Amino acid sequence: MLDPQKEINRRTTVAALWALLAIGGGVTAVSAVMNAPVSNGIPTPLRKVLETNAKIASSVSSNNRLAENYPREKGEKPRFNGTLGLGTPIDLDAWRLHLVGGSKDNLTIDDIKKLPSVEYTTKFKCVEGWSQIVNAKGVKFSEFLKAYGPKPGAEPTEADLPKWAGLETPDGGYYVGVDMKSMLHPQTILCYEMDGKPLTMEHGAPLRLLIPIKYGIKSLKRIGTLTLTNDQPHDYWYEHGYDYYAGH
Amino acid sequence: MQIVEKHKLALRWFHWLNFPVLGLMIWSGLLIYWANDVYGIWWNGKELFHFFPTPFYEKLNVAGKLAPGLAWHFTVMWLFMLNGIIYVVWSIASGHYKELMPDRNSFREAIQVVLYDLRLTKVHPPEAKFNAAQKFSYLGVVAMGAGSTLTGLAIYKPVQLHWLTALVGGYEIARGIHFILTLLYVLFFIVHVGQVIKTGWNNFRSMLTGYEIVKSNTEAEHA
Repeated sequence: MLDPQKEINRRTTVAALWALLAIGGGVTAVSAVMNAPVSNGIPTPLRKVLETNAKIASSVSSNNRLAENYPREKGEKPRFNGTLGLGTPIDLDAWRLHLVGGSKDNLTIDDIKKLPSVEYTTKFKCVEGWSQIVNAKGVKFSEFLKAYGPKPGAEPTEADLPKWAGLETPDGGYYVGVDMKSMLHPQTILCYEMDGKPLTMEHGAPLRLLIPIKYGIKSLKRIGTLTLTNDQPHDYWYEHGYDYYAGH
Repeated sequence: MQIVEKHKLALRWFHWLNFPVLGLMIWSGLLIYWANDVYGIWWNGKELFHFFPTPFYEKLNVAGKLAPGLAWHFTVMWLFMLNGIIYVVWSIASGHYKELMPDRNSFREAIQVVLYDLRLTKVHPPEAKFNAAQKFSYLGVVAMGAGSTLTGLAIYKPVQLHWLTALVGGYEIARGIHFILTLLYVLFFIVHVGQVIKTGWNNFRSMLTGYEIVKSNTEAEHA
């Protein structure tokens, strides 16, 4: 019969070699990821996984699922959290929405305000980890497209539209891209009122995007240009390492 | 003296994989938490301890790394979930789970183990492959894994999975539970490593090799 001490020593050696191999493999894998070429702010392998996650999320997401609506009085004073694209002085009277890919360009704020409006009180979630309940009023993006989209009068569908909407501040200091499916979500609005008052400068007067099914980074303030396009628009936080999809 | 199999190969892989995977999850989680580090221990309107003190952040160099934190977290989460799910399926299929199931005496025995380990009693608790305190903590840490997954998904997709988010108390509470569970992993780790060191090499080696040395009955009688 085998000597138990010899046998356990042999097994310990084998296990130790496996352990070394596993540690070596693990360290190599992690450092390979860390040192891989950067793709828009993060190592390419991580970027690939984020893109896969987004594909899964977008294929199982449904525009029938709504962000929870709270009673109006639960709405908080909107937190001011970002100055990107708001640094350049703006003359609100001279402001026009530059619409690329629609049926009408240089829209005034009244062109937008005259469309049927919606109001809701939902949770605004920041990618940083905070959230607050905000009340907002504006025009459903789908309603906006019905008036000024490529096929005025028709109910907009994903199939009839370009794949993306790109939004930019007038000075180009901030820009986001959003997939058309998410833009057509019934709670995606071009917003001109928050907390019962016209948008303040710091919250994006005269017109901003509010898209409760995405992190706040997509809810661009002070829209200057809105582009409907089949080319994925550039996106500020995507370039800085964040997920392009950013949907939840 | 003879050697006896204690831990199956599959179990040892599940066990050890947790170490780097959970390590990466906690590290990337810390990078994410930093961006909104609102938790603390409060008493009478005064914050006694803030998660986390600035020197802690500085030492670990976590400031301003939210984007890589998110990217790592949402990458390694797959390994964390896969390892956990395969472990649970394997445990049920192989019958391993039975070794962790407490019985009606376990609660009393677990208290005994704690008192004995803290040297508050000399009454030795009954011995088994896993004593009652081990059963509770190992089952507990598996439940924590499930809890982290569910609260994590609840804050990852709060609209698409709104029912889950509601089930775990809402978006903010889910984040709080997710955080507390992370602290508990660290606590578990500290106690676990302490106990392993205390128990000694033969026990530790069994988690590497699968085998431990036991004195055979005849030898034990003569000893």
